[in-house]
Amino acid sequence: MNFSVSGSSVSKGETFKDTVRNIEAMKVDMIVVRHGSAGVPQYLTRISDSVVINAGDGIHEHPTQALLDMYSIREKLGKLEGLKVCIVGDIAHSRVALSNIFGLQAMGAEVSVCGPATLIPRNISELGVKVIHNIDEAIQENDVLNILRIQLERKAKAAFPSTREYHKYYGITKERMEKNKKDVLLLHPGPINRGVEISSEMADGEHQIILEQVTNGVAVRMAILYLLGTRQGEEN
Amino acid sequence: MQTLLKNLRIIDTTLNIDQKADILIDNGNIEKIGTGIEVNDWNVDIHDMEGCIAAPGFIDIHVHLREPGREDEETVVSGCMGAAAGGFTAIASMPNTDPAADAAEIIESIITKSAKTPVDVYPIGAATIERKGEVLAPIGELVEAGAVAFSDDGVAIKTAGILRRIMEYASMYDAPVIEHCEDESMAGGSMNEGLNSTRFGLTSIPPIAEELTVARDIMMAEYTGAKVHIAHISTAKAVQLVREGKAKGIKVTAEVTPHHFTLTDDSLIDYDTNFKMNPPLRTKTDMLAMHEGLKDGTIDCIASDHAPHAIEEKEMEFEYAPNGILGLETTLGLTLNNLYHQGVLTIPQIIEKLVVNPRNILGIPVPVIREGEKANLTIFNPEKEYKVRVTGFKSKSRNSPFDGYTLKGAPVAIYNRGKFVISQVSG
Ligand SMILES: [Zn+2]
Ligand SMILES: [Zn+2]
Repeated sequence: MNFSVSGSSVSKGETFKDTVRNIEAMKVDMIVVRHGSAGVPQYLTRISDSVVINAGDGIHEHPTQALLDMYSIREKLGKLEGLKVCIVGDIAHSRVALSNIFGLQAMGAEVSVCGPATLIPRNISELGVKVIHNIDEAIQENDVLNILRIQLERKAKAAFPSTREYHKYYGITKERMEKNKKDVLLLHPGPINRGVEISSEMADGEHQIILEQVTNGVAVRMAILYLLGTRQGEEN
Repeated sequence: MQTLLKNLRIIDTTLNIDQKADILIDNGNIEKIGTGIEVNDWNVDIHDMEGCIAAPGFIDIHVHLREPGREDEETVVSGCMGAAAGGFTAIASMPNTDPAADAAEIIESIITKSAKTPVDVYPIGAATIERKGEVLAPIGELVEAGAVAFSDDGVAIKTAGILRRIMEYASMYDAPVIEHCEDESMAGGSMNEGLNSTRFGLTSIPPIAEELTVARDIMMAEYTGAKVHIAHISTAKAVQLVREGKAKGIKVTAEVTPHHFTLTDDSLIDYDTNFKMNPPLRTKTDMLAMHEGLKDGTIDCIASDHAPHAIEEKEMEFEYAPNGILGLETTLGLTLNNLYHQGVLTIPQIIEKLVVNPRNILGIPVPVIREGEKANLTIFNPEKEYKVRVTGFKSKSRNSPFDGYTLKGAPVAIYNRGKFVISQVSG
C-alpha cells in the first residue's frame, strides 16, 4: 500500500510515532520509507517490527541508489576495486553522496568529491575522501564521475552565486571533456538539470549511462525486496 | 517540630568546615551542631545519615519552568518538587515562558507560586520585551519584583546595540546578563557541526556560532563594565575565550550542563530526540575542555538547563523535535558519577560549583551550616549506586537521555524553609 504524507507529521498534530502505529496496524511486513528527515528509517526500526528499507532520508543516505550506481559501474567497467570515482556537485545537501562514499569505499574504490567549498561538508575528508575544487582535475584524475543534481529548491541555493556560475565552473560539457581528453564514465542519479550540472549534449552523449542506471535500478530494488522480504540469511 | 540528622559529614566551604557531626534543627533553624546529640522527645524526627554528606543547599541557576504557558510540561510547583528530589534547595527560573517573564506581575506570580514549596525560586527576567531583542524589558521594575538576572535565553540578545543598553542598564542594579550564545545567522541546525553531522546527515550548528557570541559578549562586558554570565558553555574555544576574559579582569562567568560534561555527539547515532538540545552535544575534545574549565575555575558553576517537553513533542522526526532535556533530577548524580568519581573535581570543589559560585553570580546570599542560621541543606550520598528511572521523576515531563543509566552518587534529602524532603531519586 502507498502511504504519503507531505511535510512533517507535526503539521497534522499527529506524532510521527502515531503515523507509524497506524501503518503497523495494517499488518505490513515491510516498510519502504522515503522521508525528508534524516534518521527516520533508524527511528522506524526501533518502533516497528517490520523490515525497513531506506529509500532516502533527508540529506543523509540513499542506499538503494548507491547499490544501483555501483552495479551500473561494475556492469560497464567490470570491477569496482581500484577504480577512482568522483562525486561531483552538491555533496552537502545530497543523500546520494554519503551512500556512494560508504558503498564504493567498501568495494575498494577510491572516492573523491568535487564542488565549490560551500557545497562540501567541512569534515568530509575525515571519511577518507579527497576533496577537489577544480573540475578539470576531477575529470583527469578519475575513471568515473557521479554527477549530482544541483538542488535549486533547497537551502543549497544560498551556498553558491548562481546556476550560471555553477555551470561555468563545474558543469560537465563537451568542451571540458575534450579539453581533458579523458575517457570518463558519467553517472547521474536523475532528474537532470540540463544546462546546470551537465549539458544536454553530454547528458545524451556516449560517456553517460544514465538510462542504464534507471533500468538497473529496477533490478537492484527487486533484488532488495526479494532478499529482505524473504528474510534470506536469517535463521528459520 | 524538631529534626535530628545523625552521623553526617558536614562540609561547608564558606566556613571551611569538614567535620563529622549531628545537626538538630528546630522550626527551620539550626539549633545545635555536635557529635552524639541525644534527644528524649517522641516528637523529634530522627534520621541516621551515616555515609552522607551535608552541604549548604544546592542551587541550579538554569531551570525552565513552563508556567505560564505550558503547564502540561512543568509548573512552578512541579519544577520545585523535581528540584527538591534532585537535591536542590534553590533554582533560578528562565524567562522564556509564554508570555515571557518581561513584566513584574509574572516575576511576582512565580515567586508566589513557589512560596509553599521547600525550594527558593529566583526568577530571571527577560532582557527584552517578549525576548524579541528590540525593546528593553522594565529591568528596574523586574528587579523590584524579585528578578535576579536578565536573559533572552533560547536565543542570544539579538544585536550588539541592544546588548549594550541591557548591560548598561542592568549594571546599575549589579544584575548579570545571562547569555545563550548563538549567532542567529548560523542557528537552526539539529546537532553539532562536525564529522558526525556529515555521517548522520543532520543539519548542524557550527561551534563558531557559539564562540562568536561569547567573544562579542565578553568584549561588550569589558566595554560596559557589566557582568556577563555565559549559559551552557559547550565548546573548547568558548571556554578558552572565557579563560582569557577572566585573565583580563573582565566580569565574565560561565556554567556548564551535566550533559555537556558527560556526553558527545556520538550519542546521536540512533537519532534519539532525547539527545537533542541547544547548544548541541559537541565532540570529545569539547567535553574534555569542560572538565579542564571546571578544574581550573574558568567554568564557575554547574547548571542543568532543565527543559521539560511533552512526550508527543519528542516523538517526532529528529529535526522537528524541540531542543532540551530534563536536568534537575540527574544533575547531582551525573556530577558525582562523572566528575567526582572520575577525579575531575573534589567534593569541596563540587560544593563551590553548586552552592557558592552560582549564588555569587546572581548576587544572592550563600547559606552556611552554623548554629542559629536557617537550615538550608543538601544531603547526598556520594557512594550510593542506583539506576535512573524517569518514571519516578517528580518533574511532569520525561525527556531525559539518562533513563536507565547507572550512577554512583545520589541526592538523599534536602532541608529548607522548615521542610525536610527525602529524595526518591535513588529508589
Ligand atoms: Zn539556552
Ligand atoms: Zn536554557
